[in-house]
Amino acid sequence: MSDMTDTGGPVLAADGTPLKRSLRKALRRQKMRALLLIAPLLIFVLVSFIMPIGDMLYRSVENKIVSQTLPRSTQALSSWDADSGELPSEAVFAAMAADLKEAAEQKIHTRVGSRLNYENPGMSSVFRTSGRKAKKFDLENGGPWKEQLIEINEDWADTDVWRTIKTYSPPVTAGYFLNAVDMRVGPDGAEMRPERERIYMNLLKRTLWMSLLITFSCIVLAYPVAWLLANLPTRKANLLMILVLLPFWTSLLVRTSAWKILLQQQGVINDVLVWIGLVDDNARLIIINNQFGTIVAMTHILLPFMILPMYSVMQTIPPSYVRAAKSLGATDWTAFWRVYFPQTIPGIGAGSILVFILAIGYYITPALVGGTKGTFISNQIAFHISTSLNWGLASALGAILLAVVLVLYWAYDKIVGIDNVKLG
Amino acid sequence: MKLVKTLLASSALTVTAGAVSAQDMANEMTLVSWGGAYQASQVKAYVEPYLEMYPEVSVTWDESSAEAVAKLRAMNEAGNVTWDLVDAVASDAMRLCDEGLAIELEHDEVLEPAPDGTPASEDFGDLLVSDCFVPQIVYSTTFGYRTDLIGDEAPTSVCDVFDLEKFPGKRALQKRPIDNMEWALYCDGVEKDAIYDTLGTDEGVNQALDKLATIKDQVVWWTAGAETPQLLADGEVVMGSTYNGRLFSAIAEQDQPIEMLWDMQSFDLDGWVVPAGLPEDRKARVMHFLKFATDTQRLADQAKFISYGPARKSSAPLVGQHAELGIEMAPHMPTDPANSGNVHIYDYEWWADNRDDLNAKFEAWLAR
Repeated sequence: MSDMTDTGGPVLAADGTPLKRSLRKALRRQKMRALLLIAPLLIFVLVSFIMPIGDMLYRSVENKIVSQTLPRSTQALSSWDADSGELPSEAVFAAMAADLKEAAEQKIHTRVGSRLNYENPGMSSVFRTSGRKAKKFDLENGGPWKEQLIEINEDWADTDVWRTIKTYSPPVTAGYFLNAVDMRVGPDGAEMRPERERIYMNLLKRTLWMSLLITFSCIVLAYPVAWLLANLPTRKANLLMILVLLPFWTSLLVRTSAWKILLQQQGVINDVLVWIGLVDDNARLIIINNQFGTIVAMTHILLPFMILPMYSVMQTIPPSYVRAAKSLGATDWTAFWRVYFPQTIPGIGAGSILVFILAIGYYITPALVGGTKGTFISNQIAFHISTSLNWGLASALGAILLAVVLVLYWAYDKIVGIDNVKLG
Repeated sequence: MKLVKTLLASSALTVTAGAVSAQDMANEMTLVSWGGAYQASQVKAYVEPYLEMYPEVSVTWDESSAEAVAKLRAMNEAGNVTWDLVDAVASDAMRLCDEGLAIELEHDEVLEPAPDGTPASEDFGDLLVSDCFVPQIVYSTTFGYRTDLIGDEAPTSVCDVFDLEKFPGKRALQKRPIDNMEWALYCDGVEKDAIYDTLGTDEGVNQALDKLATIKDQVVWWTAGAETPQLLADGEVVMGSTYNGRLFSAIAEQDQPIEMLWDMQSFDLDGWVVPAGLPEDRKARVMHFLKFATDTQRLADQAKFISYGPARKSSAPLVGQHAELGIEMAPHMPTDPANSGNVHIYDYEWWADNRDDLNAKFEAWLAR
């Protein structure tokens, strides 16, 4: 009571400090402790996840290699007018000779060659052939360099070669991103690539469309299974659960190969169809190495990611609601559609996000069963990472994919609401 | 008495040599190869004998040769090279060498001479296409077909692959422009000598792709060498290209109804490269192993397990019968006169220069 009467002064804790400050201190200590507890995880995520992704994303615009490998030439080229139609001066050629010699000695001339080759096919060979000779250049009195370089590779007499070097000398470039949307830098700025060289936008559209199809077929197939799981007696439900989980625990490659055996033209499904006479032996169905194969195999592989969130949501829905609806005169369909289904939406939402985001980045299964028409954009990313070594383009494609997923996530949040998602 | 002395001396030498090696050499080696029958032939021909002599060594295999260039570049950038010896095709070896990702070797110093004393560089001869490369085998990419599914008449020319009327059914081709573009041009009437000149122009590339487009619907594209034998065995394709050793395994070891079509087979080389940036002890071990694994006898031994020609001239006379099947290996070698009547000489230099460009165009064409 005495505290209540003393309204003017701050409330004091037992040790005499104001209660507010004491409380804040205690809270801060608690926060610090919490932070320390999650620190290992935070540092782990930062070091092994955020930083590598950031580094990879940075590669999509990074272009230091040209100015670092050819410092003199890029400097000398800055005063050259690419539209003049004339070759650069002897000074530029001399600078290039010096750069080439130094680069060839360090064995990095082919790296800059393959970098520029992405923008102008043929550049790789220019640097490769020149680098072989460049080690023996006598820089002091070996000139004039113009004739010599052109002698080694006649492409040095092509203004396009110099234009490419000049265009791509700044330390950052939009080239990879332009390439990733089927564009390139032409003489008058960005332009579309010729029809025969356009790949990525079509692939991106195909990836999104097929991922949506896969997500939709997962919903259709998973819903009844999840309902059974949630409503059967425990013993039967457990057995069913094992049937769902067993494939989930089986290696992805094994499952994909199994689909190969089932779907190929001399495979199980076709054999059975021919045997029962539904399909003629000469007209066996083509259900693999195309989009159909990818959709079937990926739906199967991603199905558990749809069933499990649906199941965990359905389990929490009391059966009395549907009974109540029916006792109030609803038909089976109305009871399901108006009472049961709306309560399962959080599960469908969670499953759909999970399946869609997993599907959009898949590449092993499409590579094995997709042929050429059923492959995804991730297959191109994998190709550029592991085969063509064009890591800049791979990062640009990855960044675009990431942006698309974020936009879709945002749209989903606006339409369905992210609070409406329940993973279990 | 003298003999005993020499024997004693030499065994003492071996012991000391062994002791030195145990100190200076790492005892773990990571070898990178292609998996399948080819890797098995390497294991039997030189890894197992080596491990018998040096039981303290343990070998880990990584079946990543198909992505060797990319992975080595990544390891090099990360400063953590975990591979000790990499099996790569000649064109990849050239690329690794150019990028400074593999070390240059003095072939005569690091390799065994032939038994008659011929230095290694002469014994390998022209096959030393790069300073970083120690060739093991000559192989070829060629076609095999199902004898029971192909029809009454067997294909005799590579152009039969492009003839859907005479030989209907699916074909397996490798998912890359190399070889396919050359075969397409050859079958579109381009002279063999003019293939690379034609391929150097945009029109030539389009001509090759248009020719491939005539069979595109009927092609199953493969990426791993083991796929074609499997597809042939399943009857999924009636003919398909792959490495000749894989076809040999299917025909001779698994008794599949498959026959070789050697016409326009594309010769290529496969061999070892040593990654740059290895610590001294690991490098010492790897060079020690490399010297053993590429000597005349070991390369000849490899031909007992797989039908690839040994890269050393001195190994050729030692090639005998298959280790388990007891059949003569010579007729199954790509270099056998009966098989090499019409061969396609694959141009390393040209592809090293134009690979990126053609890959991009080929991929765009595939995705269409």
